[in-house]
Formats: sequence, C-alpha cells, structure tokens
Amino acid sequence: MNTSALRDVSVVAALTMFALLLLTIILAATGHDVGDALTALARGSVGSWDALLSGTLVRATPLLIAGLAITLAFRAGVLNIGAEGQLLMGAAAATALGLAWHGPAWLTVGGLLLAGALAGGCWAAVAATLRLRFGVLEVISTLMLNFVAQYLLGWLVRGPMQEPTRIYPQSATLDTVARLPIVIPGSRLHAGFLLGIVLAVALAILLRRTAAGFRIRLVGANPVAAVSAGRVDAAVVAFGAFIASGALAGFAGAVEVSGVTFALYENLSPGYGFSAIAVALLARLNPLGVIGTAVLFGALEAGAVSMQRDAAVPSVVVNVVEAVLILLVVATDRWRAQRLTAQAGT
Amino acid sequence: MSAPALELDAITKRFGAVTALDGAAITVQAGTVHALLGENGAGKSTLMRIAFGMLVPDAGAVRVNGAARRFASARDAIAAGLGMVHQHFSLVPALTVAENVALGGHGRFDRALIANRVRELGDATGLVLDPGAAVSTLPVSAQQRLEILKALARNARILILDEPTAVLAPAEARDLLQWVKRWATGDHAAVLITHHLRDALSIADDVTVLRRGRTVLTRAADGLDESTLVMAMLGEPLSQGTDERARETLAGSTVLALHAARVVDARGVQRLAPTTCAVRAGEIVGVAGVEGSGQAELLRLLAGRLSPTSGSVTVPPSVGFVPADRHRDAVVLDMPLVENLALKDAASAPPWMPWRQLRGETSELLAHFDVRASGADAEMRSLSGGNQQKFVLARELTGAPTALVVENPTRGLDIRAAESVRSRLRAARNSGLAVVMYTEDLDEVLALADRVLVVHAGEVTEPALDRDAVGRAMLGAR
Repeated sequence: MNTSALRDVSVVAALTMFALLLLTIILAATGHDVGDALTALARGSVGSWDALLSGTLVRATPLLIAGLAITLAFRAGVLNIGAEGQLLMGAAAATALGLAWHGPAWLTVGGLLLAGALAGGCWAAVAATLRLRFGVLEVISTLMLNFVAQYLLGWLVRGPMQEPTRIYPQSATLDTVARLPIVIPGSRLHAGFLLGIVLAVALAILLRRTAAGFRIRLVGANPVAAVSAGRVDAAVVAFGAFIASGALAGFAGAVEVSGVTFALYENLSPGYGFSAIAVALLARLNPLGVIGTAVLFGALEAGAVSMQRDAAVPSVVVNVVEAVLILLVVATDRWRAQRLTAQAGT
Repeated sequence: MSAPALELDAITKRFGAVTALDGAAITVQAGTVHALLGENGAGKSTLMRIAFGMLVPDAGAVRVNGAARRFASARDAIAAGLGMVHQHFSLVPALTVAENVALGGHGRFDRALIANRVRELGDATGLVLDPGAAVSTLPVSAQQRLEILKALARNARILILDEPTAVLAPAEARDLLQWVKRWATGDHAAVLITHHLRDALSIADDVTVLRRGRTVLTRAADGLDESTLVMAMLGEPLSQGTDERARETLAGSTVLALHAARVVDARGVQRLAPTTCAVRAGEIVGVAGVEGSGQAELLRLLAGRLSPTSGSVTVPPSVGFVPADRHRDAVVLDMPLVENLALKDAASAPPWMPWRQLRGETSELLAHFDVRASGADAEMRSLSGGNQQKFVLARELTGAPTALVVENPTRGLDIRAAESVRSRLRAARNSGLAVVMYTEDLDEVLALADRVLVVHAGEVTEPALDRDAVGRAMLGAR
C-alpha cells in the first residue's frame, strides 16, 4: 500500500514537472519572457506566506471539497459532471439561510453548511432519480442541470435574493456570525480548508475501511460482478453515492459563500466544479491525493492571476497545463493496466 | 522441400522479471496444420503474438517463407500473409458481417464491393455468411467463422487460431477443425493453439509442445499419443483424481428445486419453458445444451441469481456460483485478491471491513487451492486465466455453501488446472453439496455427473447418462 502510494505521488510529481516544462515551452513559443512569467507564477502562488495562505489555499478549498465530490461519484461509477451546478445550488441555499436567520455563530455556520449540502444533494437527486428510474445518462443530465443552476442563480441575484438597494446583481452580505472563522490571523485562510482535509480523511476511511465504501468501489469497478457475485444492489449503491456526491459539492458552495464571498454572486465560481474533475482525476480518485492536487491547482490558478497581471500572460495557459496533466495521468493508468494484463498471459 | 511457411527460432521474451519464452522455436511447413500445445503460462499465446507482430521478441528470429522478418505491429504481419483469430472475439456486434470484414482496411468503404468479397470468399472457402446480417444476431459458431473470414479477406496464407473450439458445441467444433484441415493445403498453413489433445492428434500434421517457455517436443502427429503429449506438457504423468465414490450411492435431501419456473426475457421471448426439477445434496447434476438454448437461465435460476417470470424456485441463501464469464460476472480485475474474496459477502459484510482477517483467509485459500499468485494483495489482473478460475471456485466453496452451481468450469484451462477443478467438484459432491455443472464438453459431463439435464430450445429433459442419448437430446431428438 505504502509503496504504491509513494509511486503514485512520484508519478504525479514527475508529470507536474513535465507540465511545467510544457508551460515553459508554450511561453517561449508565444514570445513571452519565460523568466518573468514563471517568477510571477511562483510569486502569486508560493512566493510569500500571504500568497500561499490567502491565494493558493483559499482557492484550493472549493477545489478540494468539490474534488472529493467527484472522487466519490466516480469511484461508484457515477459520472457526475454536475458538481458546478450542485455547488452553485449549495451556495444559494447557504446564503438564503444565512440572510434569513441568525443564531449563535457555530450554529449559524453549521446550519448554513448543512443547508448547502442539502441543496447540493437535492440537485443531484434529480439526475440520480432520472438515472435510477429511466436510465437517463448522468453525464447528460448533470451537465444540463449545470446550466439550469447557473441561470437559476442569475435570476435569484436579480430577483428574490437581490441586495436591498437593487443595484447590483448580488445578494446582501452575510452577517459576521454566518462566516467561517479565519484560521490564521492576518490571512484570508478560513476553516473551510481544514474541513476539506477532515472530509478527505473521512472519505479515505469510508472507501478503504468500511463495507459501504467497499460496495461503492465494487459497483464502480464492476457493477455486474457486484450484483452477480456479491449480491450487492448496485443501482441503490450508485444512487446513494450520487446524492452524497452532490451533497459534498453543495457543501463546497456553502463553504465558498461562508468563507470567501460572504454573498451570492452570479459568477461566484470560476468553474470550480469543472476543475474539480481534473483535480480528482489527477489524484487518481484517491481522496488523500485530492488534497495535494487541489493545492497544486490552487497554486496554478492563484499564480495565473499574478502571471496575467505582472507578465501579461493570459491565465488560460494554466488551463492548458491542467488539461495536459489529466491526459498524461489517464494515459499512464491505461498503460499500466495493459502491461499487467500482458504479463499475466491468457 | 521448400522453405517453411512460418519459422520462429530461438525466441526469448521477458516481461520485467518474468521470462515468458526462453529460446522457444516452432517450424510450420506449408500445407500443414500445426498444433501448439502447452499448459497455461507455457508461452503459447506469447509465442504466437510474436509471430503476429503484437509483441517484439527480445531475441530470436521470425521467418516467413524463408525470409527473415521483423514485425513492428500486427499490420506488418498481416501484410506478410499472417492472420490470427483470438480466443476472445474482436467483432463489433452492432455492425454487419460486411462492415466487420471491412473494418481495419484501407480506402473508401464500398458496401457492394465488400459484400461481394464476403460472398466470393464464402464460395471459395466454404465459410458462408450473409454479408448484411448484424453480428449480434449470429450464433457463436458463425461469429467464429466471421473471425476467420476477416483474416482471409486480408489474404492470410498462414492462420493462427487461438483455442478456436473453446466456445463451440461438439458438432460445430468438429466442423471447424475439418474446415481448417481442408483449408491448410498448398501454400496455406494453420497453427492451432489448443488444450484439447484429441483435437491436436486428430487433425494436426505436426505438434509442438511448450513447457515453461521452452520447446520440449516437436514432431509429426503420426505415432504420438495423448500420454506422450501430457508427459511433454507437464514434465510428469498426470495424476488423475479417481472417482472415489460409486455412482449408485443415494443422494440426500433436496437442496435446490424449481417448480414450473419459466423465464421470459426483456423482449418477451421465452428462454426457458416451465421447468420442474430438483437437485439433492451429494449429487452432481450435469447440464448439457448448445450455447443459447436456455442453459444459462436454468443455471442462474438454480443459483438464485435470476428470478423466474412465473413459477417458483427453492434456493438456499448460500449457493456458490461460478459463472462462465468470470471477467464480467465473478471478479474485479483491478482489485487485489483479498478484495475479490470479500466481494462474495459484500452485501452482508460488517460495517467495518475486517481486512486483516480477510487477508489471512485469502493467503490460506491461495495455498489450499494451489492458486499461483504473489499474495493476497496481488491484483486479479496479474493472475493467469487458470489461476483466476481456481480462485473463483475456491471463493465460492468457502463459507460452507450447501450448493454449488458452475458454468463451464474448465473452459480455457490447461489439463492440470482442469483436472484440479474437476477433483474439487467431486470432493464438494462427496462432502454433501448439491452440485450443478454446465459444460460444453460432453465428455466432461459424462465423466462427472450423476444425472444429466439437457436443455434444448428452452425445454429441459433428463435423458439416460450416455453419450448417444445426451447427444440426441441436445439436438432436440427424442
């Protein structure tokens, strides 16, 4: 177990080096000053305590939690592409509750996060039910529901949830009791990051140590054998994992509202739910690995901002690097499986 | 004599630390059928994959018609006149016969042209197929013919057939082998990878035997007998498990029972007519039938894996089931063996998985059933087919089941592994289990079963336990 984890880490590290090399080539080929650009990238992500805590780790938080949502779903063989929509619904529900009701700080924040998880779970339940009852492919339904969620959010911040002055397309600001506490004074790093780490550990334990997690992995790896040899009700297991995945994504949205934005915005998420797919795949659907890849992506995206600002490099080049990383990971996985099969013979 | 059609000389191939082939050689003369024998893992498939350009040898030479070749891919081998039919079909079920033949070709797809080619080849070779038929509608034997036709459409002169009869009914297998024999004349040659010694001896001109990656015997089939081949394959005579029990011994109480159980599939087609039968403790009930005649449904009813459309079944909760398609139905290739063991009780496992204990049980099972694996944490994918099958059988026998239902338990296994599976089944029967066994190998049914049920077109009959009666019943004759 340990040696294989170590190998996974070193593989990802090697691939990351390769991706950075690729970034260098792209920068050089497009006529940018490579030194300036990479310096800006590093400065914005890990160049200072502030960049690391308030930039990288704050950006990593929603990627981490949504990445766990994707991990859980994919492990169960559920291709939930709808983390973005579930995250937005979670954010909306959390904001609504936070604006409507205040109790003691811990209860308010707790209730708000719970509301987010509930809303994300309900949003996923739509697609999960369509799959269970009518066999609708979740790749299609969750993708479509992302658009529905996005436009629903647009209507909310211009309609029922718009701030009192009715000028800006956003909600009113949450009271301080509804905000996640700051972990390190002077930074913007909030407790959501720690919650994400706790969730990652919990998900790792669920998948590895518990019978429920084992059934989830079975259904994801071979649903036919799970039913025939294991007598597991594969449809129900997948349904449960689907909804739990949505709840995690909704939780990520609530954390973002309560820890960073303190209000509901139309473009609250710069595609966290989509980047989360990359984060989860790069971690090879290993929950603890997701911590690492989420921080890596957080760093890349935080660095991309300063690279754009200081070196005039469009931040999308970072997306190119992210995409190449995913392709490399998927390819190496396939290659490894083929090699094992070839060795076994027939 | 002209140069051999295909010659592999001193081939060595390593995968990591494993040496799959160690100076193996085979010489196939034009106009002959050459049987390639060996246990699982002896290197038969690896050697033929090298001949077909799918693998590049670490050392050694490949010669086609006397000319040395270095194939970088199967495409090169096809261009040199080789064709290979794999054990697992590589057909696209949704496409037609003609489209499958065209697949992998070059240039424009011309429906009429390809259809003509299929008809021409049919006329020339006797492998007649309707070019417009969808592959998914074809019976297995026709799919097998199509696989061969695909190779011939690329002008193959040397055909490599990997276990071609494994999925065929006895009569179909006989027809196929006769066809191979007729085809392999002139500048044609065929290599037959097989586990069936009888096939090898009946149609092959020459025989080559591999053992642990080395060629241990190669000579004309004339004058060879089965025991010589077994000796060569194993390096020792086969210790045959003897049937310790007389056939007449009375079986115990009823364990599995069907009461007018009928199965209708999703499209409304009756797969199994209302059937009433019982299996008692301490007997092996053989099931015979051509692929697709309803035997799969009968077995799944008895294993409690299928609910009847009407009627009822009496099946205890603890029935071991060894399905034919183990990759799809029985194991998770990407999981370690310990998790594949835990798969059996996944639905009723305690909330916290007792992995430490399960790991111990897995190691015990590996030792007890002689499954060759590096340990409980080895991935299922890294095991050979025979060892995977032994693992599944072992798993299904753990936890004191009262009944065991097995489907083609020895398909694709080498003789030693097959014999070990058979003796496990006998031992299970003798320890009081109710055993139901379907196999397409009629001799195996007759050798093992105490009674036999024959399924033909969804109707179940119970003929006398002899080859002639069972064979007639399989064809629907009364």
